[in-house]
Amino acid sequence: MDLTLKIWRQENAQARGKFETYKVTGISEDASFLEMLDILNESMVDKVQLPIAFDHDCREGICGMCSLYINGRPHGPDQGITVCQMHMRNFKDGSTIVIEPWRAKPFPVIKDLMIDRSAFDLIIQAGGYVSVHTGGVPDANSIPIKKEHAELAMDAAACIGCGACVATCKNASAMLFVSAKVSQMALLPQGKIEAARRVQKMVAEMDDLGFGNCTNTYACEAECPKDIKISNIARMNWQFLIAKVGAQKMNA
Amino acid sequence: MKLDSKIPDGPLAEKWTNYKASQDLVNPANKRKIDIIVVGTGLAGAGAAASLGELGFNVKIFCIQDSPRRAHSIAAQGGINATKNYPNDGDSIYRLFYDTVKGGDYRAREANVYRLAEVSSNIIDQCVAQGVPFARDYGGLLDNRSFGGAQVSRTFYARGQTGQQLLLGAYGALSKEIHKGSVELFTRREMLDLVVIDGKARGIITRNLINGKLEKYFGHAVVIATGGYGNAFFLSTMAMTSNGSAAWQVYKKGAFFGNPNFTQIHPTCIPVHGDYQSKLTLMSESLRNDGRIWVPKNKEDAEKIQKGELKPGGIKEEDRDYYLERRYPAFGNLVPRDVASRAAKERCDAGYGVGSTGLAVYLDFADAIKRLGKNVIEARYGNLFQMYEKIVDENPYETPMMIYPAIHYTMGGIWVDYELQTTIPGLFAAGEANFSDHGANRLGASALMQGLSDGYFVLPYTLQNYLADQIQVARIPTDHPEFEKTEKEITERQEKLMAVKGSQSVDGIHKKLGRIMWEYVGMGRNQEGLEKAIGMIRELRAEFWKDVRIPGRIDELNIELDKAMRVADFLELGELMAKDALDRKESCGGHFREEYQTPEGEALRDDENFTFVSAWEYQGDDKEPILHKEPLIYENIEVKQRDYK
Amino acid sequence: MAKLLHYSSLTKKFIMAIAGLFLAVFLMVHLGINLFILPITENHVEIFEIAVHFMTSNPLIKVFEIVLFGGFLIHIIYGLILQIQNWMARPKRYKIEGFSHTSFFSKYMIHTAIIIFIFLVIHFINFYFVKLGFTEAPQGPNEVTNNHDFYNMVVNLFSTTWYAIMYIGLIIILGFHLNHAIQSAFQSLGLYHSKYTPFIKMVGTLYSIIIPLGFIIIPLYFLIN
Repeated sequence: MDLTLKIWRQENAQARGKFETYKVTGISEDASFLEMLDILNESMVDKVQLPIAFDHDCREGICGMCSLYINGRPHGPDQGITVCQMHMRNFKDGSTIVIEPWRAKPFPVIKDLMIDRSAFDLIIQAGGYVSVHTGGVPDANSIPIKKEHAELAMDAAACIGCGACVATCKNASAMLFVSAKVSQMALLPQGKIEAARRVQKMVAEMDDLGFGNCTNTYACEAECPKDIKISNIARMNWQFLIAKVGAQKMNA
Repeated sequence: MKLDSKIPDGPLAEKWTNYKASQDLVNPANKRKIDIIVVGTGLAGAGAAASLGELGFNVKIFCIQDSPRRAHSIAAQGGINATKNYPNDGDSIYRLFYDTVKGGDYRAREANVYRLAEVSSNIIDQCVAQGVPFARDYGGLLDNRSFGGAQVSRTFYARGQTGQQLLLGAYGALSKEIHKGSVELFTRREMLDLVVIDGKARGIITRNLINGKLEKYFGHAVVIATGGYGNAFFLSTMAMTSNGSAAWQVYKKGAFFGNPNFTQIHPTCIPVHGDYQSKLTLMSESLRNDGRIWVPKNKEDAEKIQKGELKPGGIKEEDRDYYLERRYPAFGNLVPRDVASRAAKERCDAGYGVGSTGLAVYLDFADAIKRLGKNVIEARYGNLFQMYEKIVDENPYETPMMIYPAIHYTMGGIWVDYELQTTIPGLFAAGEANFSDHGANRLGASALMQGLSDGYFVLPYTLQNYLADQIQVARIPTDHPEFEKTEKEITERQEKLMAVKGSQSVDGIHKKLGRIMWEYVGMGRNQEGLEKAIGMIRELRAEFWKDVRIPGRIDELNIELDKAMRVADFLELGELMAKDALDRKESCGGHFREEYQTPEGEALRDDENFTFVSAWEYQGDDKEPILHKEPLIYENIEVKQRDYK
Repeated sequence: MAKLLHYSSLTKKFIMAIAGLFLAVFLMVHLGINLFILPITENHVEIFEIAVHFMTSNPLIKVFEIVLFGGFLIHIIYGLILQIQNWMARPKRYKIEGFSHTSFFSKYMIHTAIIIFIFLVIHFINFYFVKLGFTEAPQGPNEVTNNHDFYNMVVNLFSTTWYAIMYIGLIIILGFHLNHAIQSAFQSLGLYHSKYTPFIKMVGTLYSIIIPLGFIIIPLYFLIN
């Protein structure tokens, strides 16, 4: 297939950046989207040009590093899949593809299509864990967990932290990401112990970082490559409400 | 230098307990004075950094990606072994120990493997306490499954994403410590060299991948947890940034490299489909529980399929060769990974392969669907089938899947003693980066166990034994001459690379290396091929340094330069792999020397001459490395020929 | 004001949701009274006037009125704050805006809200400010006897064709706002249940159709006659 690519190029975080147009020819339908970009990059290296910088790593849809906004959709046109697993057969021969980086204030562009998502790490650091240390924990089977709860927790835990939810949200809200972690922990007895503290800390961090607010448009759910449900957001809202109303005042 | 594996005295089952009882510890007030560098944030690295931070050490942790959560441990699918014996089916520490040593074809160290089996239960407890959502039964207790042909069900799993969930657990623990301030996180950094002062590891130099600056960090001890080097083959199931550079640089600084040729080739991956391919995708081993592997019995049929003139459905039952069931009636499709991979290669090399390249075999679910119904198969493998369809554009419910072996794991790695310390004092290696526990072949669901065992339960003890007499050592400023010297060496290497200004891209040369490795140092090896490969790799290395083209500058984000640094190291590491394979004149586990096989074509070990670990010592770029042999002594296990017939 | 901003995003959303649900319920009461403008009973004008009298003079209702205005004010202020924060969260916009599948009306809440606000201003000029003596009563075929004579004010307004049509249009916009608002409020309050949420969504949708329909029938009646 022959394609026209309009790709965002930006030299560094401070540069203004603009769209550049590239042509690629003879792309196989069986190539993945990132392999198509590899081919383009290879041809640019041949011309001693700087190749396009984009994030990618495992290329099997689990590390969450790839992050391209393709024709108005994070991870492109295919459903329930990351860019690295999306294949070129999803596009028509001769079409034009517009590729942009994720856009959100807390996700500044580093270069071209590469963005800085350390905001997500900061949210997890604020409380997205069970505060146990290595060793001295009870036997794994000492606390039975309802299968339904374990399954729901696993559904939420499947989040790969790619940021597609933020990218697609018209408000650049991180609620789906944050709620997935809050939900996972709130559903498990191990996580319930510090649920009130966790949800308040994580929400406060999320707000401080400058993510937008959730207006329940649910684009996040539609675009999530791992099918994380918005019911997690409702669960987080509830957790937050009971934490604010019911829990003791939190120190630090 | 003499190798000392420092295996504690006493009976096997008491070694670890004795070690812990008599080791040196660092008192809490002194822990604050000690800096530890951990490179890599996978299960081993994140687990170690979190645990050491909890103890009160100052930890600096480095990862190549934008977040610690993206380390390639995340991609492990199947599960993690532990000797909980929850199913009451006769598992025990000894049995896991035995299975692991036997699975590794008797090329692993007894004491290390026993300790691994011993702490495996603690790992599960730890993960559950962290909120890892393992699969459970309706009674609310943990579920187990049988994996990789084990006779007991000892594998714990979280759907097909066990690695992800365990890593997120470790990442959570790490995040907790980062928040507390005991661990400092450095992302998008790549370790380029180790700094050795007065014979001890004292720091590292990293490249900041965003601005290209070299950064120097001091540590009283350094832990390398940078994973495997399978990308020497270019195509593998490893992540794009997985590389062997950290391991290779410490090797050049004096750490011995253990069993570099031991590579695991996973039998069930999606076959290669074109030259532009960047990566191979693994389909879980569990598929072999229900799928039947076959190729056409007649060469003419195979040729027609390759040309696209015939569909698999057009081949009658009697014209199909279920070669694993034919050759290994006892284990059938469930033979270990190395055996299954070799058998697939054998059929394809003989011209019976399918797919347009002829380098694929069928994994057929038609019988299983007939027997169990589509719903059951969908419940078991639904997401795998969906993934296959997204990638290959064929419906595996209707037409057989095509699979082919691919590089998946490297059992070899930095040589370490019982304490996971390398031959450089103060330098430790953990997880896939070390060579220790899997011998010549790793069993399914054992990699996650080893990573977490090293990180959570071994290093926090053994590091202290080393650090106990380091408390008097003041922090060394990074303008120390050794730091400056090492930094200068890296700068010169980078400048040399940039100055080549040749005509070939880094990936182009990497692909050439991959083809050599796959052809001659892959599933089947022989003396002639290995010697040829060594020559070819040397030529390619010369070509690389004469003709590589890297656009851009050093002091900026430069993905081509990053890749070039890695490929430069792979071009040296690849040669050592071939050399090691040439030296080991026997077949064992993933290492199959065509000259050493039984009349039936099975691997033939030479226990008399090769029951040792090959530990290679670097001598200089133009000198042959020296081979040291660590004898393997089996006191608690009877060494037998593996037999899956 | 600083305090208002200081609340976490979730707290703001709770307040929005509660104020919004309160306003939505108020709409039902409003409609209940308005329907008596239509000749649904013989003494409908009388009943309407009694209701109006009750609503304008009862001291309890006076308190309620303050709460109601408070509800409006909070809903508007928080709506604006949230919206401004949302715009700020994406300083650089996409070249190709979202193609993702979302609930349609949810994307236009601020737009429908602004239109509803304009409607509210018109509504105040036509009725509430008349009562307070700030503005003139609407003129038309009927004579407005005093500044509490809402019945004749309504008849005058709806007898004006363009006003009736505009009113219908604005109520439809209100319906769009409600369509997203009700289920959204439940989501914001964290009231989600795999069994009952579909029911809540259905009730929300029905509510967003029935209430505006009720309001629309009145000017429609005048248009047809």
